[in-house]
Parts: sequence; structure tokens; C-alpha cells
Amino acid sequence: MQNLKNGFKLLLKYPSALIGTLLILLLFAISIYTIFAIPYNRAIDLWRGGDSVWGHNPKVVPPVWVNWWRADKLPETIILSMEDENAQIERKTSTAGENLIITYTFDFQADEVPQDMIVNFASKYINRSPFVSVFWTTPDGREIRVTEQGINFTTSYRAIQDEKLKRRLGGISPDLALFDNPETEEIDVLKGTYKIVIDAITFEEDSVITKAEVLLHGKVYGWFGTDTQRRDLTIAILWGTPIALAFGLTASFGTSVFSMIFAAVGVWYGGWVDELIQRITEVSINLPFLSLLIMIGTFYSRSIWTILLVTVVLTIFSGAIKGYRAIFLQVKESPYIEAARAYGSSNTRIIFNYLIPRITPLLIPSLVLGVPAYVFLEATLASLSLGDPVLPTWGKVIQDAWQGGGAVYNGYYYWILEPAVLLIITGLGFALVGFALDRIFNPRLRDI
Amino acid sequence: MSVDLTNPSLAAEASAPGESRLQKRTSTFSRLAKYTVYKLGMLFITVIIAVYLTILIANMGGKVDEIMRGSIREFIGNQLRTNREYLSLLQSEKNAFFENEMLKAEKRFGLDQPFFVRSFTYLRNAVTLDFGSARLMASDTGSRQVNSIILDRLGPTLLLIGTSNLFLFFISIFLALSRSYGSVWDKIVIGLSPTSSAPAWFYGLFLILIFAAIIRILPFGGMIDSPPPKGELGYILNVGKHLILPAFAIILSSIFVSIYNWRTFFLIYSSEDYVEMAKAKGLSDREIQSRYILRPTLPTIITSFALLVISLWQGLILTEGVFQWPGLGRTYITAIGLYDTPVIVALTIIYAYLLALTVFLLDFVYALVDPRVKVGTG
Repeated sequence: MQNLKNGFKLLLKYPSALIGTLLILLLFAISIYTIFAIPYNRAIDLWRGGDSVWGHNPKVVPPVWVNWWRADKLPETIILSMEDENAQIERKTSTAGENLIITYTFDFQADEVPQDMIVNFASKYINRSPFVSVFWTTPDGREIRVTEQGINFTTSYRAIQDEKLKRRLGGISPDLALFDNPETEEIDVLKGTYKIVIDAITFEEDSVITKAEVLLHGKVYGWFGTDTQRRDLTIAILWGTPIALAFGLTASFGTSVFSMIFAAVGVWYGGWVDELIQRITEVSINLPFLSLLIMIGTFYSRSIWTILLVTVVLTIFSGAIKGYRAIFLQVKESPYIEAARAYGSSNTRIIFNYLIPRITPLLIPSLVLGVPAYVFLEATLASLSLGDPVLPTWGKVIQDAWQGGGAVYNGYYYWILEPAVLLIITGLGFALVGFALDRIFNPRLRDI
Repeated sequence: MSVDLTNPSLAAEASAPGESRLQKRTSTFSRLAKYTVYKLGMLFITVIIAVYLTILIANMGGKVDEIMRGSIREFIGNQLRTNREYLSLLQSEKNAFFENEMLKAEKRFGLDQPFFVRSFTYLRNAVTLDFGSARLMASDTGSRQVNSIILDRLGPTLLLIGTSNLFLFFISIFLALSRSYGSVWDKIVIGLSPTSSAPAWFYGLFLILIFAAIIRILPFGGMIDSPPPKGELGYILNVGKHLILPAFAIILSSIFVSIYNWRTFFLIYSSEDYVEMAKAKGLSDREIQSRYILRPTLPTIITSFALLVISLWQGLILTEGVFQWPGLGRTYITAIGLYDTPVIVALTIIYAYLLALTVFLLDFVYALVDPRVKVGTG
């Protein structure tokens, strides 16, 4: 044990190990924050939520921070609703119902136009549906009549799909034309304060407009951007961390510890036990591990914990067991084992108290070094669309981006790079620490 | 007491010296023959177990039975619909006929037997490479036979894995041997060795991003342009162009760690007394390297390379998927997507065979280069 403590103290002398430790601590901090900030069930509900949850987000847009080094700034999403403070609402009673005039103003300073312009209405009525007119005033004072239409209980008006508006605007797509500076030849954005006036008339006494919300989907969103289903990638990126750590650590710990125990048992009892374990190992090394895992994922359960269990079971009898065996064979002959045998200690006592602790220093580096491999294994399975069906993981984000979103062909690089960078950080953190531990606990490597 | 903590790999054991000195001298040929037979036997058992495991896994959900019943039902149904003899039958007669035929067919295919007995029939079929026909997928020529689907795809896979492994092996050996230890390059390579924890497909993402999407000098994926260029040379060059990125991804994913490992082996052997002796004799560095360091290290290196190749075989599935390489791996992904059980099972079994074959070839090379190998020490 003293040996171990000294080893970990030595670790601080390696700068690479220090960086690795910091990276691992960072990942743990993110995990703990995530678990408390977005509880498990809420994360799943959000991630699997549809348009009702994510309707306000823009579709496949990069994170906000891309604006930091972009010359032409991308717009953020603008949501204008009746509850806002700067919405001016004027109510007039008319013959049967009321006349509602809502004036929204907003400042627009980006260099590109928003993704689209949507007005969501909701109303209550019995027989005669309300009627709305929407007017758009540009900073230079031009007033554009956007639409005049009757609305139902819920109505979504999308400017991009409005062919009439497009004709009125001279054939230019409304999303561009609404923000266009008419002074210049080409289409460029007119910056300044825009005004939207919604004039709604109801025709019945109890008929009211409950919602008149203007939605200008931006071209950047949040710290991590969104995917094609408008989901905030923050959830997947954050929740991917505890899942990756849990999977990697459990798998690595499980396989190394069990391999070691089996090796120790085999060496200690010898004879047919040893022979059996060796033969199983030889067969197991040549098994198509990933293929079997894929089959289990396809036919039984895609739950990440089932896959974890199978991974551990299939990897116990791997090359590592042979290495441990070679070392145990030497340890078995050492005098202190003979002494233990002489005073009559039981087999289990010798195996667990004398044999295994002797080579624990060897276990630790391989345990740490094993973590990235399993983190990437999870990502690999997820990329084969065999990931856990409910949990958002990094691998699934990569798969969504690569296959679902065609991220490379469409240039949505952020979508792939974010989970990839986190995978790299995880891999690097554990690898740096692992390699340093390897040098500390395997003294012959240190001189080299 | 000194515990050898340097080299906890397979190799440590196999190269334990002194065992063979007591052995009776046998000719190289009979030694090799014995070893080969032993290895083949071991691998055969491995393959049988892998295949049986595959059958068990695939069948535990009753999938295989379901598929067989389904195809029998389809066959009898087709007979009823298309054969004129049966057209005049009444519906009830048709139903009775159907039930009767089903029973007979189930008996014929052994579906009435317990699974334990049948699993051995499946095993026999699998070992003799009789995989039946696919549920949905078809080969390039339109055949539903799983065998022809696999044969179509085997070539590209072997091309990719062969090329990348050859390059990997020789580049690694060259780099591991030729660097001066402790130099800046040496430290860089050691520093880069953790990068190998990422699989090849992961590097593939970045390579495609850089070379196909941003610089646009290499294709996104696939094996050949469409339409393919004219002439044999053009064809080969075009395939070569498509091969660069996937092969590079595979090499990149393992090269640093293999250099790191092999460098360690080289270092261990270069501190042996006979190397000092050779230096004292005034032999050139080149001679020392090839005769006194490389030679005894080769078996160890081959073992570690064998383990590497095994892991590369596994990783190939997704690498091919990312690069749209029309090999077995991509077929695997398609089959998973379509739930085409016969193809998935067949591919798993083929993988087991290919793996065993690779291991056998490397073991054979191992036996050639290591004169101490005797049967039973593998």
C-alpha cells in the first residue's frame, strides 16, 4: 500500500500526468454538475421531446461562440411574445368583439438574416374566427404588409411559405426581402430597429387572442448549437460525460479485476483449472468480439448496461490474462508465499491477500489505460446505431450528425466536432495518466 | 526477488528461454508441421465455439426458427397461389393443405426437433459455409444467396485490410528501429502513443473532414468513381485514390502505439550482453540492428502485431461504414439496419473464420522466425 501511495505522489512529477489528472477532474466536475442540473429523467424527456419542447430553437445551427471570430455576425433567435415588457398592447372594443393592436420592436444588428419568420397565433372563439393583419416596418421606414388572414384556435404563419408575400416583395424570398436594404443592388441586411404590428379583430364577445408570438429563428444557438430536430445539443454533450465515464470506468475496472482474479486462481490451483482458463483464453482471444456484441445489441437489448455486462464478460479472458499469469507464476514461487503456506493459510487468503495485492501496481496503469478504449467502444456501438435507445450519448450525436444530418457534406462541422473533441479529451486525460502510471509502476520503463 | 514487470504481454511467456535446450533436436520441418497441426486444431476449435456461440445468440430470441418458418410459409403460400393444380381447391381445403405441408416441411427441416439437436445442424451448415438466403439483401448480381453477397464484398475488405496492415507493419518496424532513443522525435512519438486509444473510424471522421470536405482533394468515400474511369490503369489509380483515406485512418489509429511497444522490445533486447559484444567487435549499427536486435525481437513483435490485427479486424466494420467502402463491414451495417438475420449471422461467422485465418498465418510466420517454438507453448 505504501508502494501505491508513493507511486501516486510520483505522478505529480510528470507534467503530462498532471494535465491528464486535470482533464479527468474536469470531466468528473461536468458529470456531477450535469447530474444535479439536469436530472436523468428530465434529460431523457427533453431529449426525446418533439416540436413542443424544441419548436423555439433554430434548426441545425452552430453555437453562439462562432460569432466571436466571424466577421459577419450570425443572428440569434428573437422571440417576441405578448407577455414581453416591450410589447405595446392596445385594446379597443368594437361592435361585437375587440380590436387588439400589438406592436413589437426589436433591434437587429447581425449581418445575416434569420432562418425564418414565423408568427404563432392562438385564439378562443365559438363560431366566427378572428382576423389578423401583420405589418412589418423596416428601420428606414418602409411598411410591408405581411399577411391578412383569418386564424383558427392555433395558426402558424410562416413567411417563407407565403407565395403572395413573395410576389409582393418582387419575387425575392421573404426571409431575405424583409431584412433587405433596398439601396444596394445585392441583398444585404439593413441594421437597425424593426417594428412589427399585429392588428387583430375578434367578432364575438368572449373571443380573445391568447397568443401572437413572433419567432425569428436565428443562425446560432446556445453553447453547443442544435441538430436537425432543433434539439439543444447541450443536453447530449453534458449527459454524454457521466455516461462515458461510467461505462469506461466500470468496463475497465470490471475486466482488469476479473482477469487478474482468474489469472491468480489459475496459477494458484494449477492443474486442470489453469489448463481450462488458458484454453478459454485462447478461444476467447480469437472470438469476433465486436460482431458478437453487435448481434446481442441487434437481437436482445440495446440498453447500455446490458452491453456493458457483455463487454466485461467477453473481455475477461483476453490477452491481459496471459500477462498476469506470467507474473503470478513468478510471484507464486516467492518465499513469502511459501511462508504463508507453511503457517497454514487458506487458498482464498493466499490468492486475495498475498498474490493479488502483490501485482496491484501493475493493474492500475492498465486499468486507467483501458478506460478510453471502452469509452470509444460505446461511441462505436452508438455509431452503428446500436446505442442505448433513450440515453443521449456522444456516440449517438456523432451518428446523428454523420448519418442523419450529413454533417460533413452540409458543413455542419460543429455537430461532429463537439462530441469528437470531448471523446478526445476523455481519451487523452486517461491515456496521459495511464502512461505516466505505467512508467512509475513498471520501473524498467522509467530508465528508458 | 525480482518480478519482471516490463512486458506483461503474451510475448513474455512465449520467449521464455531455456525450455528448448532440453528438447531433443528435431528438424525444422517436423517442428513446423507439428506446430501447424496443433495451431490448426486449436483454431478449428475456436471457430467452432465462435460459430456455436453465434448460433446460440442469434437463436435465443428464436430468430433463426422464425426465419426458417417464414421462408417455408412463403414457399408453400407461393405454391398455393401459382400452381394450377391447387387453384380449384376450396379455401378450407387450401387451409388444410397449407397446415399439412407446413407440418411436413417443419419435419423435413427438423423444426420439430428440440433446439439442442437442431443447433448442431445449424453448426454443420455454418461450418460448411452454407448460409442459406438473405431476407432482404441481394448481391450485385441480384442473387439472394448470402454466400454470393459475402463473396462480392470480400475483395474490397481484403484489399483495405491487406494494404493498411502491410504499411502499418513495415512503417512501424522502420520507425521503431531507426530512431535514436531519447531524441526529440522519439519523445514526440511517445507523446503521441496515447492517440491510439481512438479507433480508426474516429480518425476517419477527421480525415474526411479535412481532405474531402475542406481541402477537397480526396473523395469522401466509396471505392471507385461513378462512372468508373476507362482502362485498367485508370481503374487501379482511381481505386488507389479512394484507398488513401481509409488506409491512412487505419494506420494512424495504431501506428504510434505499435512503435511505442516495439521500441520497448527493441530497447530490452539491445541491452543484452551479446549486443554489447557485437558493438565491441566493431560491427556496424546496421548489422547489429538487423542481426542482433531485430532477429530476437521479431517473434515478440509478431505476437503483438497479431493482437493488433485482431483488433483492427473488429474496428473495420465502422471504418468501412464511415468511408462507404463496399466491403464486409459496410454490409454488416446495412444488415443491422435491415435486421437481415441470415446475413448478420453469416458475417459474424465469416469474421470468425477470417480472424482465425489471420491468426494462423501470423502464428505460422512466428514459428518460422522463432526456432524455440515447440508444440504446446504457442
